[in-house]
Amino acid sequence: MSHGSGGRAMAQLIAELFAAAFDNEYLAQGNDGALLPQAQGRLVMATDSHVVSPLFFAGGDIGCLSVHGTINDVAVMGAKPLYLSASFILEEGFPLADLNRIVESMAQAARAAGVPIVTGDTKVVEQGKGDGVFITTTGVGVVPDGIHLSGDQARPGDKILLSGSIGDHGMAILSQREGLTFSAPIVSDTAALHGLIAAMLDSGVRLRVLRDPTRGGLATTLNEIARQSGVGMMLHESAIKVNQPVEAACELLGLDPLYVANEGKLVAICAPADADRLLAAMRAHPFGRDAAVIGEVLADAHGFVQMTTRLGGRRVVDWLAGEQLPRIC
Amino acid sequence: MIHAQIRVSGQVQGVGFRPFVYRLAHELGLAGWVRNDSEGVEIAVEGDRPQVMRLIERLQSEPPVLARVEKVTHDLAQATTGLQGFTIAESRNGKVLTGIAPDIAICADCLAELFDPADRRYRHAFINCIQCGPRYTLTARLPYDRANTSMAKFRQCPACQQEYDTPTSRRFHAQPNACPECGPRLSMFDAHWNLLAGNDPVAIAAARIGAGEVVAVKGIGGFHLVCDARNVAAVARLRGGKQREEKPFAVMVLNAASARPYAQFREQDAALLQTGERPIVLLRQSAGGERELPGIAPGLSRIGLMLPYAPLHYLLFHELLGRPAGRDWLQQGAPLALVMTSANPGGEPLVKDDSEARLSLSGLADAFLTHDRDILHRCDDSVMKWQGIAPAFVRRARGYTPRRIVLPFEGPPVLACGAWLKNTVCLTRGNEAFVSQHIGDLDHAGARLMLEETVAYLGDILGVRPEAVAHDLHPDFYSTQFAQAYAAQHKLPMMAVQHHHAHIAAVCAEHRITGPVLGLALDGVGLGSDGSAWGGELLHVDGTHFQRFGHLAPLTLPGGDRAAREPWRMAAAVLFDMQRAGEIVRRFPGQGGAEMVVGMLQRRLNCVTSSSMGRYFDAAAGLLGVSEVQGYEGQAAMLLESLAERHGKVAPLALGYIHTAQSDLDFRPLLIALADCKDAAYGAALFHATLAEGLCTWVLRAAGRSGIDRVALGGGCFLNGILTQALSDSLSAQGLHVLTAQQLPPNDGAISFGQASIALQRINQGA
Ligand SMILES: [Fe+3]
Ligand SMILES: [Mg+2]
Ligand SMILES: [Zn+2]
Ligand SMILES: [Zn+2]
Repeated sequence: MSHGSGGRAMAQLIAELFAAAFDNEYLAQGNDGALLPQAQGRLVMATDSHVVSPLFFAGGDIGCLSVHGTINDVAVMGAKPLYLSASFILEEGFPLADLNRIVESMAQAARAAGVPIVTGDTKVVEQGKGDGVFITTTGVGVVPDGIHLSGDQARPGDKILLSGSIGDHGMAILSQREGLTFSAPIVSDTAALHGLIAAMLDSGVRLRVLRDPTRGGLATTLNEIARQSGVGMMLHESAIKVNQPVEAACELLGLDPLYVANEGKLVAICAPADADRLLAAMRAHPFGRDAAVIGEVLADAHGFVQMTTRLGGRRVVDWLAGEQLPRIC
Repeated sequence: MIHAQIRVSGQVQGVGFRPFVYRLAHELGLAGWVRNDSEGVEIAVEGDRPQVMRLIERLQSEPPVLARVEKVTHDLAQATTGLQGFTIAESRNGKVLTGIAPDIAICADCLAELFDPADRRYRHAFINCIQCGPRYTLTARLPYDRANTSMAKFRQCPACQQEYDTPTSRRFHAQPNACPECGPRLSMFDAHWNLLAGNDPVAIAAARIGAGEVVAVKGIGGFHLVCDARNVAAVARLRGGKQREEKPFAVMVLNAASARPYAQFREQDAALLQTGERPIVLLRQSAGGERELPGIAPGLSRIGLMLPYAPLHYLLFHELLGRPAGRDWLQQGAPLALVMTSANPGGEPLVKDDSEARLSLSGLADAFLTHDRDILHRCDDSVMKWQGIAPAFVRRARGYTPRRIVLPFEGPPVLACGAWLKNTVCLTRGNEAFVSQHIGDLDHAGARLMLEETVAYLGDILGVRPEAVAHDLHPDFYSTQFAQAYAAQHKLPMMAVQHHHAHIAAVCAEHRITGPVLGLALDGVGLGSDGSAWGGELLHVDGTHFQRFGHLAPLTLPGGDRAAREPWRMAAAVLFDMQRAGEIVRRFPGQGGAEMVVGMLQRRLNCVTSSSMGRYFDAAAGLLGVSEVQGYEGQAAMLLESLAERHGKVAPLALGYIHTAQSDLDFRPLLIALADCKDAAYGAALFHATLAEGLCTWVLRAAGRSGIDRVALGGGCFLNGILTQALSDSLSAQGLHVLTAQQLPPNDGAISFGQASIALQRINQGA
């Protein structure tokens, strides 16, 4: 791929590539923006930039990841995702075949999710000024009346539910990037969760909080919620599923799976009386098959997220400032 | 005739000071009064000048044993006011300036009464007097009066009240005074908290301990888990319950004579065992010690012993011995040894209330021996050992808290929040620093709450509000986050202090050194000012400034903190470094991840580096096959020290270290020699000897270059007696003035004190 004098030809090529792959009526309008029909309900808009190395990994690639990530950000607001935009920053010299693969994967993810990519943009930067490809996606959705999901809604006594195993995405990326192999391959969990969320909302349970624990992992997400709601939490290590190869990899590398990124998991908080029904609704959906109640919300002015460990002790699961710096003196 | 108005400050309350003044005044024929106030003791006397002057002199020359008189001031007047007789007046409230005494073991007089069938306090578990008993742990606030202690709810019977009111009584104004009539009561519960009524609670507890059960016993600063230390099955049960398969347990024996089968000790060790503060003392296990008490201190050359300090402890021994008559048994060797381990499940703070015990000790204890005198402040047993010519702390708590440390400078009150593991906090007032009892590791919510409570309580008993808050550089330490929140809430300035600077400052401040020193800080990990992990630092410290002269050659930590728990990883990192990666898998067949760790090392994946001395110990332990995975923090280093202590001195390894051009010190040649050493004990001794020599020459070079002839040794590695001794001796022999930790432990328990001292100096410089 080149930039400079051939730029226009290149842009043309890419535009055609996208048009063919994402093909939908709004994109076909051919204008600078997509004109969309009126929507019912409050609008939700979310944007996410995707930078990942390697671009292709077990369970996905940057293309489907950029679709899933933004759909999930819209969906955890309680919204039905409607449209996506996509913006590409390509590094000069990026193999066209790889781009093709990524675009195809995005298109497939968007089609499977039923959320069209209605507008987009591409820029090409000089070699060395990018890292292959960066993709920014923006999503728009609508929240039906009566749904109010927010991180500040958790109340003491509430149950904390997790849709499945943790750490899969982060460890899949890491092990692939570093060429580490484990007893079984580690596969990213990247997935669009709006279907699962719709099923949860349809169960009739009033959800209080919904989040997808992406960067920073489950620990960071729960700490954010605890701070927003002014509550503490007690988690139970034994209830938090970590797939065996992920656990082994974390142990080996000295990482805590609680802080490792996920791309297809969600955390839900609901009143204790609703927990069983919500759990049943989650487990009935393929992306919630391994859902579990992993803990309770506590009254705690300090907002400590604690965990009972498998050894029978307790510890605080902190909100770390950055990477896991050594602390043992 | 003259009138004198006298003020005495120091530790003069709750220690029998007023009765002492009363007796003095009577003896000298002086009229007047004495009273406690918030600044200490105030005295007014009238009489002949020589007698008055004699009284003033004797206040300082012969105070009660527990008193610490720091200052006596007086005003003399020719005009008398016609005082009649001598009285002890009511306490006066006001500005709080005096201290609370620490908790002191039962005294000889009370012990005699405890086992005198004719005494009304025969076998009364709450006997105490002005010279002994709990203080800090049951005082809510100053002034130290019964109403401000957890004894407030027990109304004294007429007999007790009379003692309390009689100036010549040993129990005059003894705030926790009690007797079987009016005092607290013991009760005994089974594992399910059913009250075991009928029999004497002590008798039931003793019977259960004798039968091999684990009994939770409420003591002075919290609960202990108690079992027969000689009963292998009982100890194993306790280990199973406490999730600590190898961590050493403290053992209580009746007296020094009873310690003989288990430990070798000298006069000075016995004195430390017997001191009223009653610390756990680390003593050399006798040759057959580990056989006598298997499973108590696995693999360690030292065993922690202590003597009874609460009357209840003596009652248990009395009962276990079948209630011998008389008092001779108290001096005679008894074949009894009780595990007395802090009841702190999973490393959380010590359990102090029945409700906590119920919640967190069920499953650990088979029964509970408790009482209704509340513990207001939890306080672990202190741990000490002789280091060279002085006793040194391993953990400073009961018996010593809240004793102050005098600083070489003064300033506005500063709160310092400490580090992460083995944490303490420190609050200053003028030139006094008050370091809290050991709070523990801050990864538990309970420890964090204790930290907060302790900060509030220290402020209350000192009557000061902090004007600045000091903390570590590490952003993920709860102590740092607490400091930030506290400073924001109270609108106070914050000061970040580098960890090893604080270690050295702590040692300097307790020795009241203010000028420039060389600081050798050897510990696990502290965040450096360059954002990397430090821990083997040679610093030039001058008050608020420090400069890194040099550091140990960094080792790689494959897996970060995980490498600190698994010495085999440190060994692997060293082998990799020396182009011997091929050996790694073969050396650690039990470590399934060995091959992957080689991969991590190749790719530098989650491989931080650290100049930590602690990791050198771990690497050595891993290479010698002494420890692959640590069962508790510091185990590898303790095992190494134990092996070296048992082996005895050896000559250092020639060329075992390199002084680099950058003034760094590289011990990797030593590590590689250890990798090829077949005799672990010899290797451990060689490691210690070579470290000491290499470090000594390192310090001497810096001394020569800088012209500084004082060196302070700080950091957790100086808990290692062999290293500390060898290094102090060799540096002293070269004419250097060596400062070591004495009033506080050398480890992170002293960080808060070091932070406070630096913060005060910064404030004084207007920084
Ligand atoms: Fe330290
Ligand atoms: Mg986002
Ligand atoms: Zn006494
Ligand atoms: Zn009484």
